[in-house]
Amino acid sequence: MKVLALDTSNRPLSAAVLDDNQLLAMTTTNIRKNHSIQLLPIVETLLKQTGLEAEDLQRIVVAQGPGSYTGLRIATTTAKTLAYTLNVDLVGVSSLKTLAANVNDEGRIIVPLFDARRDNVFAGIYQRTATEMKTIMADRHISIKHLIANLLEMQVPVWFIGQDVSIYEETLKLQLTDNFHRVSRAQDLPDAYVLGQLGLNEKPVEHPFNFVPKYLRLTEAEVEWKKKHPHEDTKPYVEKI
Amino acid sequence: MDKKNLILAFESSCDETSVAVIENGEKILSNVVATQINSHKRFGGVVPEVASRHHIEQVTICIDEALKEANVKTTDLTAVAVTYGPGLVGALLVGVAAAKAFAYANNLPLIPVNHMAGHIYAARFVKPIEFPAIALLVSGGHTELVYMPYENEFQIIGETRDDAAGEAYDKIGRVLGITYPAGKDIDELAHKGKDSFHFPRAMMHEENFDFSFSGLKSAFINTVHHADQINETLDRADLAASFQQSVIDVIVEKTLWSCEQFSIKQLILAGGVAANHGLRDTLSEKLSEQYPDLDFVKAPLKLCGDNAAMIGAAGYVAMKHHVFADASLNAEPSLEFDWVPDAVK
Ligand SMILES: [Zn+2]
Repeated sequence: MKVLALDTSNRPLSAAVLDDNQLLAMTTTNIRKNHSIQLLPIVETLLKQTGLEAEDLQRIVVAQGPGSYTGLRIATTTAKTLAYTLNVDLVGVSSLKTLAANVNDEGRIIVPLFDARRDNVFAGIYQRTATEMKTIMADRHISIKHLIANLLEMQVPVWFIGQDVSIYEETLKLQLTDNFHRVSRAQDLPDAYVLGQLGLNEKPVEHPFNFVPKYLRLTEAEVEWKKKHPHEDTKPYVEKI
Repeated sequence: MDKKNLILAFESSCDETSVAVIENGEKILSNVVATQINSHKRFGGVVPEVASRHHIEQVTICIDEALKEANVKTTDLTAVAVTYGPGLVGALLVGVAAAKAFAYANNLPLIPVNHMAGHIYAARFVKPIEFPAIALLVSGGHTELVYMPYENEFQIIGETRDDAAGEAYDKIGRVLGITYPAGKDIDELAHKGKDSFHFPRAMMHEENFDFSFSGLKSAFINTVHHADQINETLDRADLAASFQQSVIDVIVEKTLWSCEQFSIKQLILAGGVAANHGLRDTLSEKLSEQYPDLDFVKAPLKLCGDNAAMIGAAGYVAMKHHVFADASLNAEPSLEFDWVPDAVK
């Protein structure tokens, strides 16, 4: 099966073309450049390099979130439109799980995280088993304090992964002491080859129509509105005219 | 017979997700518009992040409906056109990403369209545009006069220096307790009242084509607040009528002066606020009195708001002039037509 895998959930961009579990071509960038400008030209180049046409693709896999809202929407919109118009499978994979799957050591507890500002992170807890990435704590938007509390309770060595770990490294070391471990920097970037492989094993969505990023957070405007109007709503929010 | 030119057009610059199929730049085969007004009503105005989230929910549904309604297969299409600015960046990005992916997957050329050119080309569905022409564009984000010496050339001769007319409507709407979007309700209310407050008409007699509505907005708010303080209740219909008359007087005066300064064949009225009956009627009346030979073309009421049909019509003209984009097309939130600095003669 020919697979296109895309991840623009944060500053790094990774895109790959796979033939089942075999990598055909991949590009990863980690520069402050607009994903909107970069993504599709990279996809074009990858397909050209592999001698494939868009219509040869059989499955589109995309990192569905969490991450930067705008970043998520670029790959997700691209993926859902490609899947819709090519009439092929669409699979959304957690951006955090994609990162965690960079770690291959069996049994390890892995904590991928992205900074969400103001001492909050997007994080999950995963364990690498012989057959899969097992979810110990589902992805969520969580304060660094609560994440640390959860990890202290587990009382096991944990391996942190992600470029944003450095922001919280001192606090994490201080509180988790010997249980704090850091993966090598080489593993900190999302890898669309890993994403594509995860996507081969996950179930495609029923239809691309309703596919949206997993932001894991309401917008601030909605949070405020709900506080003030607990029993009201203006649904349906979107109407055809 | 020549093959039909069929453009699949995308629009997502603000709070409407829209996809249309346009034949030969002049016939609407479908024009699916998903509006988010109900959602943004909660906040009293468009919240950009919420808008972007709705666009991504809707975009492929709209493509599918537009193709089905037009009874067109992807292989029948000639090109894809998309609004790439101006507008909300996150909102624009969804339409741009979807249009690019669709064009790429189906080997179709991609046409970048300026949203404001789209508004002007809504008038194309009434009759062909004849050049030179001037377009008066009035919307929530823009109030500008655009000179078009020939096809696919757009030059700004004047614009608002502060609030757009539509913005002013929404702001005074809040004071009157009218929920967003306030334009239509104020227009209706205005017809029941009379211009008794004589609000200022800023810049009306200046020799340029620029507008300013923030002074009017402040005068309005001060009048209402002052009455509140002395426990006086003002007639809402008269307030609305006075506000609207002031907006219309300025816009009409400047537009008439542009007709005086430029020799044009057509005057086009377009943009969201072009649906305002007060403005449509006053302008028609004055033009037929003062410029009876000038062809006045009003964008159809149904196409004044944001929609992809107008983007398809503008895209058709851009395509004729070989304006294409590649896969690196990005959203340009502050995209503007070129200015004509020596517009004032
Ligand atoms: Zn508009």
